Amino acid sequence: MDREKLVHPYIPNSVPGVQEEMLAAIGAKSIDELYELIPDDLLFKGKLDIPEGYRDEYSLRRHMNEILDKNVPTSERLSFLGGSCSPHYVPAICDVINSRSEFLTAYAGEPYEDHGRFQALFEYASMLGELVDMDVVSVPTYDGSQAAASALRIACRITGRKTVIIPRSLNPDRASIIANYCYPQIDVLTVNYDARSGLIDIADLKGKLSKRIAALYIENPSFLGAIETNAAQIADLAHAHGALCVVGVDPISLGVLAPPPQYGADIVCGELQSLGIHMYYGGGRGGFIASADEERIVSEFPTRLFGIVPTVDHAWGFGDVAWERTSFARREDSKEYVGTMAALWGITAGVYLALMGPQGMHDVGHTIMERSAYAAQELGKIGGVSSPALRAPFFQEFVVNLDGAAVTARRMNEELLKMGIYGGIDLSREFPKLGESLLFSVTEVHTKKDIDRLVTSARQIVEGR
Amino acid sequence: MSTKDTGFHQARWNEPIIYDLTSPGERGILVPQTEGEIKDRVGDVLARVPEKMRRVSRAPLPEMGQSRVLQHYLRLAQETLGRDLNIDVGQGTCTMKYNPPVNEAFVTTPKIADLHPLQDERTVQGVLEIVYRLDKFMREISGLDRFSFQPGGGSHAIYTMAAMVRAYLEQKGENRDEIVTTLFSHPSDAAAPRLKGYKVIIVPAEEDGFVRLASLEKVVSERTAALFITNPEDTGIFNPHIRQFIDLVHAAGGLCGYDQANANGILGITRAKEAGFDMSFFNLHKTFASPHGCGGPGSGAIGVTEELAPFLPVPLIDYDERSGGCFLNYDVEHTIGKVKDYYGVIPAVVRAYAWIMSLGAEGIREVARVAVLNNNYLLHKMYQIKGVEAPFAPGKHRLEQVRYSWQKLTEDTGVVTTDIQQRVADYGGHYWMSHEPWVVPQPVTLEPTESYSRDELDKYASIMERISEEAYDDPELVKGSPYNSTIGKMADHSYLDDPDKWAITWRAYKKRYRGYFNPRGDD
Repeated sequence: MDREKLVHPYIPNSVPGVQEEMLAAIGAKSIDELYELIPDDLLFKGKLDIPEGYRDEYSLRRHMNEILDKNVPTSERLSFLGGSCSPHYVPAICDVINSRSEFLTAYAGEPYEDHGRFQALFEYASMLGELVDMDVVSVPTYDGSQAAASALRIACRITGRKTVIIPRSLNPDRASIIANYCYPQIDVLTVNYDARSGLIDIADLKGKLSKRIAALYIENPSFLGAIETNAAQIADLAHAHGALCVVGVDPISLGVLAPPPQYGADIVCGELQSLGIHMYYGGGRGGFIASADEERIVSEFPTRLFGIVPTVDHAWGFGDVAWERTSFARREDSKEYVGTMAALWGITAGVYLALMGPQGMHDVGHTIMERSAYAAQELGKIGGVSSPALRAPFFQEFVVNLDGAAVTARRMNEELLKMGIYGGIDLSREFPKLGESLLFSVTEVHTKKDIDRLVTSARQIVEGR
Repeated sequence: MSTKDTGFHQARWNEPIIYDLTSPGERGILVPQTEGEIKDRVGDVLARVPEKMRRVSRAPLPEMGQSRVLQHYLRLAQETLGRDLNIDVGQGTCTMKYNPPVNEAFVTTPKIADLHPLQDERTVQGVLEIVYRLDKFMREISGLDRFSFQPGGGSHAIYTMAAMVRAYLEQKGENRDEIVTTLFSHPSDAAAPRLKGYKVIIVPAEEDGFVRLASLEKVVSERTAALFITNPEDTGIFNPHIRQFIDLVHAAGGLCGYDQANANGILGITRAKEAGFDMSFFNLHKTFASPHGCGGPGSGAIGVTEELAPFLPVPLIDYDERSGGCFLNYDVEHTIGKVKDYYGVIPAVVRAYAWIMSLGAEGIREVARVAVLNNNYLLHKMYQIKGVEAPFAPGKHRLEQVRYSWQKLTEDTGVVTTDIQQRVADYGGHYWMSHEPWVVPQPVTLEPTESYSRDELDKYASIMERISEEAYDDPELVKGSPYNSTIGKMADHSYLDDPDKWAITWRAYKKRYRGYFNPRGDD
């Protein structure tokens, strides 16, 4: 090779002289010799078809920025996309804390040298526990969908039953993840929703509940934004059949909406993204599972759980609760599995809740409800547009139906895009019962001016101007 | 003469539980207020929600001014020993390598942070291009044909492999119900396949640390759905007969999945393809320098051969010649569906891409070579320390890590490996023993990666040497540690294992105890 041997900033011992001295110390002639156990026919002798690389950081930045500039993020436009992932204001301190080297680059240290990691995650669980009114909260799992899927498996183990019910109004991706996670041991049934209200179809639910059902999963608010006003009745129905009621929440709603145990939830789960985590193209996700502190439930959690321990100097110590329960200890005899999941987002959500406090969580929920109500109402004033299209009270997300207007959901979004607006999620394919409909998401980041611009633009499109 | 003082002391703030920092009425941040005109139009929005669905009183969260929140978390940060702050060779199997800060800039920019996953494809061409290109790089590095970045970590990727094995065999109409793995593979290789209904068979290693082909032959049959195996295993020993293992499983009609969570010693050296694997995965938060984030978010990039590509999770990212752009391809014939929200942990994907682009083909190979050089150098230093041994593969070099044993030291002094672990905290380091079960007695697993200089490796070895000396000189000193860490010793682990004593949240603690762990009893 003509090029000078690479000395790379990330590889201090790439210096040739140092390598020679180290080899001499080891008693080896070359680095190749260290690979003696790899048979010759398994050695890769070609050259990887990977570019030469940008060794200087400036050139790397130029390259990356050239690619990244092709993205047009929501912050450069006006966006009303939601559906389990929404733009919320992320307080500056959330980013300051989760980008600290100490937290960003820590992993699996012990409760001494990583004390802060344990305390931050214990406090996260403590604050989220208050929000959902439960005494046990898991260290975060991958995302809200994984949390739901895992909660249903927990319910199956507790009840010894093997069938669960999920709503047909669920986010289709989440339904797919749950189905995948339950297969092949657990049957997943779906319960219909009422296309006028958006709520669970109680008659259909009654027909599906039986002594076979381990758990019923509902969401509050639902994927379609509906607040499940019959939740207490639904939980009672599940309990009457010996099934558990698992409720998925968007925690940002819980400053104003009831914590699920208030209407009968046995297990609460949800997605953390709304609590101080950017969207990252759907990559900023963390899930949580919460329950009462009952051994029969806690012993079925697959995730890590951090508990509090006294120390010889009267400090607060922390450690893993019931470690022997986890797959680290039990391997093939374990309940599900645990691994690297989403701890950093748990810490971030804790920072968010500490900043917001009781009043902040109330205010943000209230602001979201007011602004989304206003947007829904104003869009409904456009001729031929039904908004909110569902009768149930809603939180943040609402359905807008265009059946009475001479424009499809797809066309509406296409025209809005031309005007610099990312419209709602097109429901027409996956929710055919709702006709030509869009799911809009309005949060605390949308001002009246933003909403008015959406409404004016939508009106122009509908009226063909 | 050994002393508690090591010349190091970690930050010790005695920071209260955040609830004890509350001061009623203080605010950490204010929320945008709804404009008056909106309030007039919509009225009392909460009145529309039935009473039983409303929160009755404010959520009991801390009330703190912003500065105190920041201070609290910065103090907790200081009480956390991130990789950036120490010679992190003590967390073997975890590949604690350098996480270049420049890569954070590519993730925290609004160009990534503010992307919604359902934006029109025309507005996300940059991120799709990165995923598409990284797929191509991964194909090169593994020799496999197609990658998905949906799994959120290594264990999740193992679960995804099991799901694909199941889907593949069902499609072929075969009813196989066993997955075979080895004792030195990650615990999740044994745990995750169970979720897909598989019986898991563990093949033991022999006394020399190698798994014999004959042992595998005994358990592989027409019931074998797949072999899930790590290579090199957690011992840092490469199984030279891997090709025969795979041929054996293939001949019995099973598939072979490669756990390459940690591939740091073999990048560009040996690949899944040449060994004959049908699928594999890489942890982007290990080998590809995405930071570990206190335990995630990570990413398990899963790759497969052409034959298995139709079973991958959707969507895949493809390039459309006509439009000249990338798109989300949901048209995957036998897809298992989804395993995670949207498209996986995009920040980890972006960092991995940038990391590869900062090294190039030659640099990637150098990473592996230096990781192996560093490991063998540290092994050489460890051999000189009293009481420690490196079982298995006598006289052979290792790849990226070694599982050592302090059995001799324990026999001589009574000091066990967990005592050493706590003493390492007094020197400002990490130290991790082994996955369970402890086949190697009194284990510790060290993995130096490519990121540390010779001086740093010498320094870590000298910590091991000092503690060995302390153990022989004054065993009680080591057993009583740590002294210079964030908190004093936790002696009573029943608070973690006894359901009548544990508290997993502060509210649970308050229900159970008054003051400092005084049981409430009947009061």
